[in-house]
Amino acid sequence: MSLAAETTARSAQKFRVTRSRRNVAWTGAGTLIVVVVLALFPYIVYSGTTTIMVQAFIVLTMASMWNLLAGYAGLVSVGQQVFVGLGAYFVLILAIHGTSPFAALPVAVIGCGVAALPLWWLVSRLRTGYFAIATWVLAATVMLIIEKFSSIGGGTGMPLPGLSGFSPALLTAYTYWAGLAVTVVALATIYLLLRGRLGLVLTAIRDDEVAARSSGARVGLARLLVFVVAGAGCGAAGAVLAISQLQVQPGAVFSVQWTAEMAFATIIGGLGTIEGPILGTVVYLVLQQTLATYNAWYLIILGLVAILVALFARRGLWGLVDEHLNVRLFPVGFWLRTTGTAGRSGAMKGTAKGDSEGGQ
Amino acid sequence: MAWVNAIIQGVLTGGLYALFACGLSLMFGVMKVVNLAHGDLAVVAGYVAIGVIAVTHIPVLWSFLIVVPVMALLGYVLQRTMIQSALDRSVLTTLMVTFGLSVVIENGLLQFFTANSRAIGTGLPLVSGSFKLGSQIQIGYLLVVVFAVAVVVLLGLQYFLSTSKYGRLIRAVADDREAAQLAGADYRHVFGIAAALAFGTVALAGIAYGMYSQLQPTTGTDTILLFAFAAVVIGGLGSLWGTLLGGVVLGVAQQIGAQINISNEVLAGYIVFLAVLVLRPQGLITRRAQS
Repeated sequence: MSLAAETTARSAQKFRVTRSRRNVAWTGAGTLIVVVVLALFPYIVYSGTTTIMVQAFIVLTMASMWNLLAGYAGLVSVGQQVFVGLGAYFVLILAIHGTSPFAALPVAVIGCGVAALPLWWLVSRLRTGYFAIATWVLAATVMLIIEKFSSIGGGTGMPLPGLSGFSPALLTAYTYWAGLAVTVVALATIYLLLRGRLGLVLTAIRDDEVAARSSGARVGLARLLVFVVAGAGCGAAGAVLAISQLQVQPGAVFSVQWTAEMAFATIIGGLGTIEGPILGTVVYLVLQQTLATYNAWYLIILGLVAILVALFARRGLWGLVDEHLNVRLFPVGFWLRTTGTAGRSGAMKGTAKGDSEGGQ
Repeated sequence: MAWVNAIIQGVLTGGLYALFACGLSLMFGVMKVVNLAHGDLAVVAGYVAIGVIAVTHIPVLWSFLIVVPVMALLGYVLQRTMIQSALDRSVLTTLMVTFGLSVVIENGLLQFFTANSRAIGTGLPLVSGSFKLGSQIQIGYLLVVVFAVAVVVLLGLQYFLSTSKYGRLIRAVADDREAAQLAGADYRHVFGIAAALAFGTVALAGIAYGMYSQLQPTTGTDTILLFAFAAVVIGGLGSLWGTLLGGVVLGVAQQIGAQINISNEVLAGYIVFLAVLVLRPQGLITRRAQS
């Protein structure tokens, strides 16, 4: 046996690489139970609660997408509202032409994914701060162009047709299920993408872009894919928004407030973990509901908390949870574990942890 | 004649946009910080000026003497605290922190001062008056003064950066921070000075816009920040005179757009910006290679 082969064999004995320190089956079962319970909500709770939940689904979907951009691909976009607006307008245009808004939703998602391609071409050369403001200018430009078309409401917008056939209770329930479906699909997509090749490439880019490039990682393609997925996801959120609001106004759907909410929820919850945006959305919802009567105060407080978290607790609330309890609900990285007698027993945390956390 | 008028007005508004842009450009050039709260801070300066004038009843032009130093001081303090500690973490953190600051300022202004627009009423004939060139072209004194101020500010910045002690320090730190540190420069202090300069120009921009048009809480992002950025990109990065050129091109594009249809004003400017981004991105690419 050659030395190299022997070394490989020996290390294979002593180390084992796993996704998680624990069995993830319970997470899967737990997630399934949560989704089923959430799906039954329209039968259990008042419609006021489901309306608030729809808002939570919209913010959670957007925050997860923003997390994918900023936390994994290092792209801080301040113009994600362009996709929220486009998603809403895709639904509106299809509804004007007789399609049910619910049937228009998947079309809007694909439409936003396709629209992300030319927009990416415009901003892909830019990095960091310039990328951020350029996406913002793009969002403003797209809104100004859409306002030119009076057949879809021009500058004032218009009510969403095609929903008058539903009874109010049924409409609320359908909207809720649409929101839940969008959120579940969005989170599942992100989880599977990050578990796969893309997750590895993004982790490599985060650690050292030049090294990743020279090892053959297709950096540009990875970023393009992330931008398209995030565009489609924010478009889905925008489509649900249009259905839940029953109207589409350019100033409202293209508002930078959406990006503020998705960014703050992500930063507070924990950038670069799938769990972070979920926790951040809970914080967002609690603050927003508590301060609902004080206009913009919830956004001011969210912003201040996000600044403090970005400066003093970079991994966010989930980072604190992970630090103390060592829990990963959606493990996308790898753990190196020692199994042989030579090494210390148990997992080697830290040095061998190839997990994607902490952003840049 | 209407077209000539549009071009002249565009060139003059370009001075205002260059004033918007030079603080943004300076902070990126020295600290590699893109301050997303740039425009909102300009609006804050405008609101402070309105407050100072209302309380003290001083002549409008004197308000500059109070607001510009106050904003410069704020710039130094913000840089030494919030922005520097974000910068110590990562470039992305500075974006998140300044974006957070932008949203907080904008909604704070909305909360305390409502969404009503406010103008800085000057009452001075120099500011509100205009003169005529021929029969159709009417030029407001204010825009001419603002253009002149923009040129003076750019000249002053260039003179300061190339000849003064602190200017040399700023350039040294911008070029090579480690080497400057080895030579004894305290880069944090130098960054603070650069931020103070940038915030001073931000204050000028905010007050000038308040005199020229009206300030609203949202003016900071949808007008000042985005126009400043467009001017910086159109003109090419890193050059103060490029900033003036960018402002002028943006202004002319907007006025020509408005001449075609008044609703096209802002859109025309952004389309020129996007065209430059696609056709002449050289400046952007060289900057990327450096950072």
